[in-house]
Amino acid sequence: MIGLILLIRRELKLALRGGTDAVMAVVFFVLAAVLFPFGLGADPAMLPRIGGGIIWVVALLAAMLSLERMYANDHEDGSLDLLYLSPVALGTLALAKALAHWLTTGVLLLIAAPILALLYNLPASAFGALALSMLLGTPILSLVGGIGAALTLGARRGGVLLALLILPLYVPVLIFGAGAIDGAVAGRPIGPALLVLSGFLLAALALAPWATAAALRQAIE
Amino acid sequence: MQGLITYKLSCIRGERSVFSGLDLAIKPGRALLLSGANGSGKSSLMRVLAGLLPAASGHIEWEGEDISADPDAHRARVAYIGHADPLKPSLTATENLQFWAQLYGLDPVVEPALYQFSIEHLADVPIRYFSAGQKRRLNLARLAVGQNSLAGPALWLLDEPATGLDPGAVSMLANTILAHLSNEGVAIISTHGGRLDQLIADSADHLTLQTSRSGAAG
Repeated sequence: MIGLILLIRRELKLALRGGTDAVMAVVFFVLAAVLFPFGLGADPAMLPRIGGGIIWVVALLAAMLSLERMYANDHEDGSLDLLYLSPVALGTLALAKALAHWLTTGVLLLIAAPILALLYNLPASAFGALALSMLLGTPILSLVGGIGAALTLGARRGGVLLALLILPLYVPVLIFGAGAIDGAVAGRPIGPALLVLSGFLLAALALAPWATAAALRQAIE
Repeated sequence: MQGLITYKLSCIRGERSVFSGLDLAIKPGRALLLSGANGSGKSSLMRVLAGLLPAASGHIEWEGEDISADPDAHRARVAYIGHADPLKPSLTATENLQFWAQLYGLDPVVEPALYQFSIEHLADVPIRYFSAGQKRRLNLARLAVGQNSLAGPALWLLDEPATGLDPGAVSMLANTILAHLSNEGVAIISTHGGRLDQLIADSADHLTLQTSRSGAAG
């Protein structure tokens, strides 16, 4: 537990001092979502219908931007060896990295999402669904993304490989995340979609650190 | 026989045998200076001894016990210095050192360690302004942190620790190693000769690894 807090604190400190990486994801998120209406036409009846889907697709891509560096710096400068030799288990490291990634990207996306919802003319009734689906969905992106980041350590063109590995795993989050918002816009109950997302989150919390640790072990050898 | 012993230790990297049938015995209070051409397996041996790499065959004993029986206990007794300096450019010297000290459960008061390598004036300077030699000094200061703690690591695995150090820093490193050895510690140091070897020669044994071509070498 102390190890987990130490590691998260270090990651946040590095993210704050490093600056650009974390901000880049949220800037990309807002810019990309703002561009869609220019291409599709700003029909006020159409935007709420596609808004939920677009916000979620762009959130997936934004979360992926900083994934590649999640373990790469520690791998290159030998920190990963020392982290492995420390009394803290690799699974704890994986959980700390995913939580820190979520705090530095997912939470920012969560804060920026209502602004985009306004731009897409989403009805007030859909704001709750948007916030809840992002709150449940974005930690899954960080947890599952960590597996991909660990698996592609040391691989050439790891970024492309990472996208190919991870995007299919993100699809269920996209379907139920956007589904919850669409449901709210159309006046359907959003409970089932959010429950499925909660299930995914619990499964990812239990399994992703373990899978990431196995991948890291491979990278250290 | 106490200390570190290996029996018929072998290592395979990418289907190529790096070393095989390696028998080592190092008593507490002694250092082993490892030399050998590039690619002869010094770094691989270090990583196998640290538990970072699995051995292809053979086993390693510490104080008469097989290390695979309790890998956590083995990791706790290892201090490993690799080729890279695991330091974050945006953190200060103190922050870098403190993080590792706390993560390893060592004494988080790191000033004495900075003094030991004469970088106390850089304590609050971010690493990005450090020269290569200063980074190496700070990395080596991790050893001093362990030394100043109650239950510091007993097995030091130093992979070419003197790279980039000026003669003064090499003396500081030698003194740190000698203090560790006088404390019944064990050190394995890979080297390409030089001042460090001479400074600790009285407490050290030598081993030269041969480059393995056909697979049979030791």
